[in-house]
Amino acid sequence: SWRGVYALVMAVFAGWVALLAALSRMFP
Amino acid sequence: MNALDYSILVGTMLGIAAYAVWSTRGRHDLNRYLKGAGGTGWLTIGLSVMATQASAITFLSTPGQGYESGLGFVQNYFGAPLALVIIAVVFLPIYRRLKVYTAYEYLGHRFDPKTRLLGAGLFLLQRGLGAGITIYAPAIVLSTVMGWRLDATIVCSGLLVVVYTVAGGCDAVSLTQKYQIGVIFAGMVAAFLVLLARLPAGLGFSDALALAGGFHKMEAVDFSLSFDRRYTIWSGMLGGMFLALSYFGTDQSQVQRYLSGASIRESRLGLMFNAVFKIPMQFFILLLGVLIFVFYQFERPPVYFNRAAWNAQAARATDGRLRSLDAQFTEAHAAEKATLLAWLAARHAGDRAGEAEARAGALSAHARVDAIRAGTRAALDSASPGTKANDSDYVFITFILDQLPHGLIGLLVTAFFGAALSSKAGELNALGSTTTVDVYRHLVRRDASDAHYVVATKCFTAFWGLVAIGFALFANLAENLIQAVNILGSIFYGVVLGLFLVAFFLKRIGGTAVFWSALAAQALVFVLYFNLGISYLWYNVIGCAACMAFSVALQAAIGTRAGPTPSAA
Repeated sequence: SWRGVYALVMAVFAGWVALLAALSRMFP
Repeated sequence: MNALDYSILVGTMLGIAAYAVWSTRGRHDLNRYLKGAGGTGWLTIGLSVMATQASAITFLSTPGQGYESGLGFVQNYFGAPLALVIIAVVFLPIYRRLKVYTAYEYLGHRFDPKTRLLGAGLFLLQRGLGAGITIYAPAIVLSTVMGWRLDATIVCSGLLVVVYTVAGGCDAVSLTQKYQIGVIFAGMVAAFLVLLARLPAGLGFSDALALAGGFHKMEAVDFSLSFDRRYTIWSGMLGGMFLALSYFGTDQSQVQRYLSGASIRESRLGLMFNAVFKIPMQFFILLLGVLIFVFYQFERPPVYFNRAAWNAQAARATDGRLRSLDAQFTEAHAAEKATLLAWLAARHAGDRAGEAEARAGALSAHARVDAIRAGTRAALDSASPGTKANDSDYVFITFILDQLPHGLIGLLVTAFFGAALSSKAGELNALGSTTTVDVYRHLVRRDASDAHYVVATKCFTAFWGLVAIGFALFANLAENLIQAVNILGSIFYGVVLGLFLVAFFLKRIGGTAVFWSALAAQALVFVLYFNLGISYLWYNVIGCAACMAFSVALQAAIGTRAGPTPSAA
């Protein structure tokens, strides 16, 4: 379903933001 | 560059262009010329959308931005995924159902001819103004570094893109973009691998990131609520979303890419491809710049990356100031390298106290290096004011020419030209289409044949191509290349998005109210732009909100509209 695609896209985006925020904290 | 590099550059650029012209020959049907043969798949659309947005500035200057400022610029793209989802859900089905050639045609369906002309006019003005930058930006850097003539570089790259865009229309643009972005990705990955191999022995990937973090280059996400900071997670998610919504949803250079899809499904998946891969692509390019920064802490870089400018001034100057600064730089860089090696040794030994002490020493040694570079920049600026590009624009190309083997140098220079041509082709294709569909066919000749309109579109595309080349040759363009294109867009993008959001969601508002409201909102954005010091991303939000609010107020003042056009609402 398209709703599933949109949810997946936003989940990937949230994952990227979390990863980048974690990188910022890991290498202060 | 040697003969191998030049043969890769010339062979690849001409080969891709010739293949596109040959594959798309004999297009006399307007629909096929403007929208392609109708069989474009999602991957081609996805790559085409990506290639149109990612110009040479993205690949040439963004690593320099990572070198100077770290990863923070990636936040600029945080609004893109949600914006692309909204476009796939709301904008795309309406454009497809009305079978429009341009986004502004929809404004004519929904409002009236003057609002359609306003939308098309703002696009033509904005893209016309920015037309030369896409060609000029890489040409100024590459011609300086390679010793090529700037005018010849601009004319050769400009004419090549005009020829294949005019000859093959939409399909030629998509086809060339697909192969050009393949060359770009191959080049960037090759540069990244060479960079990792060239890091000094004993410096692992994790050590490199730790060193970069010590110099505040790893601050990818800034939760600060300050409006003054150029990139924060809030300006990126909100301002960046409005910028992406306007750029991908209403800018014809993008709309034309996904309207060429074989079906809504293909267009949607192409947009979702960008929603998933845009942020990692920008992160990768910025990380490349950050790692080049780490590399140059151990390998002495030029005191000024634009060596041609430095050499010219050093040869002219009689006071020896530049050469004295260069000698000081060598000394300061060696001192900094020694403190960094001590930092690494302490880190590997697990000596926390020693690591903190060495890090403090490295930061103070780096401040000395930075002060000498700033002194050099000031000396060059005072000697030749109006230097045409930031020194950070020369960081990546300097690394390529100094550190990459022949063959890969040719591949990377081909990638930069490919990026310039692919985004220029998307722009020219859209400028030609909009001029024909929204101005010429709408106001000048309404009932001509398809073949006539194809010829007209080719003429307008060539006209805009020549305007771009002329602008690049004669205009004294903005100095800060990366932001110049975005800032130029931000002045208009918010209001254009406001026009479309009123059209989609405020069904009771008519053409007269939205037309005058858009002009008032644009005037407000101009006034604020020259009087406020906030991040440029916020002007998208202000312009859009002002356009919508003024429309509601003005419609209430002039009375209720008869209702929306049923087919266009």
